[in-house]
Amino acid sequence: MNKFTTIATAALASMALSNGASAGTLADVQAKGFLQCGISTGVAGFAFTDDAGDWQGFDPDVCKAVAAAIFGDTSKVKYTTTTGKTRFTTLASGEVDMLARNTTWTFSRDTDLKLDFVGVNYYDGQGFMVPTALGVTSAKELDGASVCIQTGTTTELNLADFFRINGIEYEAVPIETNDEAQTNYKAGRCDVYTTDASGLAATRSTFENPAEHALLPEIISKEPLGPLVRHGDSEWADLVRWTLNAMITAEEFGVTSENVDQMATGTDNPEINRLLGSEGDLGAMIGLDKAWAWRAIKMVGNYGEVFDRNIGASTPIGLERGVNNLWTKGGILYSPPFR
Amino acid sequence: MKTGTYVPGEHPDLKPPVGQTGVLLWLHKNLFSSPFNIILTLVTAYLLYLMIPPLAGWMFFDSVFVADSRNHCRELGTGACWGFIDKRLGQFTYGFYPLEERWRVNLTFVLFGLALLPVLWDKLPNRKYLLWFSLAFPFIGAWLLLGGFGLVPVETSRFGGFMLTMVIGVTGIVCSLPIGIVLALGRQSNLHIIRWLCTGFIEFIRGVPLITLLFVASTMLNYFLPPGTTFNLLLRVLIMVTLFSSAYIAEVVRGGLQAIPKGQHEAADAMGLKYWASMRLVVLPQALKISIPGIVNTFIGLFKDTTLVIIIGLLDPLGIGRASLSDIKWTGLSTEVYVFIALFFFVCCFSMSRYSIYLEKKLHTGYRED
Repeated sequence: MNKFTTIATAALASMALSNGASAGTLADVQAKGFLQCGISTGVAGFAFTDDAGDWQGFDPDVCKAVAAAIFGDTSKVKYTTTTGKTRFTTLASGEVDMLARNTTWTFSRDTDLKLDFVGVNYYDGQGFMVPTALGVTSAKELDGASVCIQTGTTTELNLADFFRINGIEYEAVPIETNDEAQTNYKAGRCDVYTTDASGLAATRSTFENPAEHALLPEIISKEPLGPLVRHGDSEWADLVRWTLNAMITAEEFGVTSENVDQMATGTDNPEINRLLGSEGDLGAMIGLDKAWAWRAIKMVGNYGEVFDRNIGASTPIGLERGVNNLWTKGGILYSPPFR
Repeated sequence: MKTGTYVPGEHPDLKPPVGQTGVLLWLHKNLFSSPFNIILTLVTAYLLYLMIPPLAGWMFFDSVFVADSRNHCRELGTGACWGFIDKRLGQFTYGFYPLEERWRVNLTFVLFGLALLPVLWDKLPNRKYLLWFSLAFPFIGAWLLLGGFGLVPVETSRFGGFMLTMVIGVTGIVCSLPIGIVLALGRQSNLHIIRWLCTGFIEFIRGVPLITLLFVASTMLNYFLPPGTTFNLLLRVLIMVTLFSSAYIAEVVRGGLQAIPKGQHEAADAMGLKYWASMRLVVLPQALKISIPGIVNTFIGLFKDTTLVIIIGLLDPLGIGRASLSDIKWTGLSTEVYVFIALFFFVCCFSMSRYSIYLEKKLHTGYRED
């Protein structure tokens, strides 16, 4: 019996160890020839299937950029759809290499769940949508309101906090998906729908008469959404982090998918040169070649292009850049320098 | 013919009085037999009058069957936007199965129908030989869907939509019946260890919700397996679904087994039949006949339970619907999607139910209590 216990403990320990530190995600990805990327099962503008059955949107574009940096081919991504409940285990167990799934960066997820958030690709915040007929102009007037709320998300906790701080009551109407929320809200089963402001704007854009619904001015939480990887492989985290930074830096310096070829031949700006590989060899430091960022920008676009294409003001979702603008343009997007 | 009197044996057949035959009788008997029923009939008729015209308008007359986007639909008509379903029918049926390989799925569906025929209908000519084909079909189907041996391999992660539902449903149904029967026999076995094992397994599975088993399949197993071993998610789900429904089948079949009088067992023993022979020839045919409604009930439940896989991120029709509805071109058309999917499930489950009724009637040979 003693022997058995020892063996079992050793086996469990070795499993835990090897799970925690599966060395060389990049090598694994290169060996299998594709990137396994976890995405959501569908959020308007952020992840959806097009008529041809391919995944598109703001989140899959992050996966595509990483695949472009590694392979020079955006089609070398395999998507795993994850739900709010399975996303972290799917990543932690090694079933996917990275997660780009509008997930809020929080303390406990970063530390306790043993995940690494590598950056923020969308600064969101939780807001409220109400029918204008209700005559409410502030979230603090919502005493006694019934609120449609997605279960298992940070929004649920924020809501409870907000109402407790302001000493008002609410009645939660728990729902599972955004689509279900829309249906319930439209049918009047709840007075208020609360989720990330981006989601509210996307939802409102699909209504027959968007003017009949108002977004309240209160943003009650910080919801920095970004891609994440497992603890234990800092090289891989670096690669994903700097691919995202490359897209942001590219926008800052005016490098787009259209002019990137011409810029790559050399410019007066040494940072652009370093980014696109005509000067120095930054790619080698993350295990790739010189042209890694060039490929990501060429094939997917810079941050602004990705934003405008999927969720920007010209799309039906019509999100303004707001805080998601570059730091040089009044937002808080700020990439460390490529040096 | 004289009026009033008739020659004996020659009087003509008179029509029954008005109201005692045909439509009028039916109406009277079924709809207007008492004041209360009259009120019910009128109220129901009024409700139907309120519901049917708008529903028909929404579904057929005002609906749009071909469109490029939701806004396009809105311009063309006020009813349902079936153009969305039309555009995404491929996705709803095949999931992410590669476009140029979809004929394989179609062929599998056709072969499945052919394989089903001799199993379900015993009057088929040459049934004996065709049953061999039915037996081989699971392997042929798996080969067609997965590829290899000359066909382009297709990963199971590309399975989705109705195809995924059928794969999970059919595999679960086909595998769980034999396992369930064996478990039921095991639970009644005289060998203690076998009985304990079977009882323990059945009670454990029945004590746990399917969702939990699916979560174990999708997340927990990864922690237990050595890293690097990717154990196909669909296979894990298939195993869990099969185990789940076989436990239920086992209990249904046990009900049937217990209904067989002891005399039948003793008669079989007296004939000198060994255990398996007596089960196969005497007990099981009777027990299974009694169990048919329960078994089909379990199957229908299992088939509908396949939609639960959306929780672990597999894209069954509901999942495909959700992903498709997130396309800003189409978002907001969830009613159409749910109506369409409900129709599919209704057709499948209703035909299973009708077949079970046919089977019960066919096997209804009466039973003597001695």
